[in-house]
Amino acid sequence: MSPPRPRPSGRLVRPYVVTEGRAHPSRGTLDLVTLLIAADGPPPSGLGPEKRRLTELCRPGALSVAEVAGHLSLPVSVTKVLVADLMDSGHIVALAPIPAALPSDARILKEVLDGLRARL
Amino acid sequence: MGSAPASDDIHLRPGVRTAVKILVVGHFAVGKTTLVGTLSEIRPLHTEEVMTEAGALVDDLGGAHGKTTTTVALDFGRLTVSDNVVLYLFGTPGQQRFTELWRDMTRGALGALVLADTRRLGQSFDIMGVLEELGLPYAVALNEFDGAPGHSLEEVREALDLLPDTPLVRCDARDRHSSTRALVSLVEYLLTRTSELEHA
Ligand SMILES: Nc1nc2c(ncn2[C@@H]2O[C@H](COP(=O)(O)OP(=O)(O)O)[C@@H](O)[C@H]2O)c(=O)[nH]1
Ligand SMILES: [Mg+2]
Repeated sequence: MSPPRPRPSGRLVRPYVVTEGRAHPSRGTLDLVTLLIAADGPPPSGLGPEKRRLTELCRPGALSVAEVAGHLSLPVSVTKVLVADLMDSGHIVALAPIPAALPSDARILKEVLDGLRARL
Repeated sequence: MGSAPASDDIHLRPGVRTAVKILVVGHFAVGKTTLVGTLSEIRPLHTEEVMTEAGALVDDLGGAHGKTTTTVALDFGRLTVSDNVVLYLFGTPGQQRFTELWRDMTRGALGALVLADTRRLGQSFDIMGVLEELGLPYAVALNEFDGAPGHSLEEVREALDLLPDTPLVRCDARDRHSSTRALVSLVEYLLTRTSELEHA
């Protein structure tokens, strides 16, 4: 019915991003689903309005980079710049961004599967 | 689910430490926004990524200076699947020319759910091609619109030139049960692949 599409061979290799253990991650390590929360550190008083809003948004609990962008009506790329600055200044900390390694994949997938099935 | 309620409607529950993502892709008006909205536990959010014409992500506030930019829309929602894991669903049109954005979105993604419409199957080809190029595993969900021609799944599988083990399911993006089932098919498939890789 249709011409076959060319298929890449070989197994899936995922480039994982790990910020763990790095005090000042660059914005390049921030993912759409990196979870952020405000630190109990420096007061936000010295911050500009946008960074202050961002910090206050992440005070009551964690949110992903994408959610922060959505709530603040900012593009993702701009949000990442602000977040990276706020991490460097100690106002925001990131929780583990992405499940870190291949061996944990099956465990995470199982957990996701169980959670989805529980909704059926 | 037996999990503690969130402290508010916006933030994640305190125990959540791990976030994973699945992409919901497909051509215009195939039902991506509908499916994300049906499944999300929060009011779905919208954001966008700004790219230069050349396909590079604009990564600082001044980076777009003097260049033509394109905006790619992202609709997303989330499901807390256990006490410590949250699943994000990102709905986005999958055009070839946004490959850089795709790379950013697919990095670390578990997989993709491709929504297809039997009236416009040909429009799903490019999208599946991009996913294959990026090495992102996917399942296909046929979003059956009223009045769409009735094809058997076998006919559709052949028309889409799917590999034998690629899941293909029918789905109504407006229905929670049906949309959840489509995601379950995808994750079951991902889990099978993982154990195959481990035993390879
Ligand atoms: N009959 C029917 N209509 C649908 C279904 N899913 C979405 N729609 C409708 O199709 C239109 C386009 O859906 P939308 O989610 O905005 O598509 P998107 O462009 O892929 O995000 C909307 O008017 C939806 O209400 C479905 O499963 N069945
Ligand atoms: Mg949409």
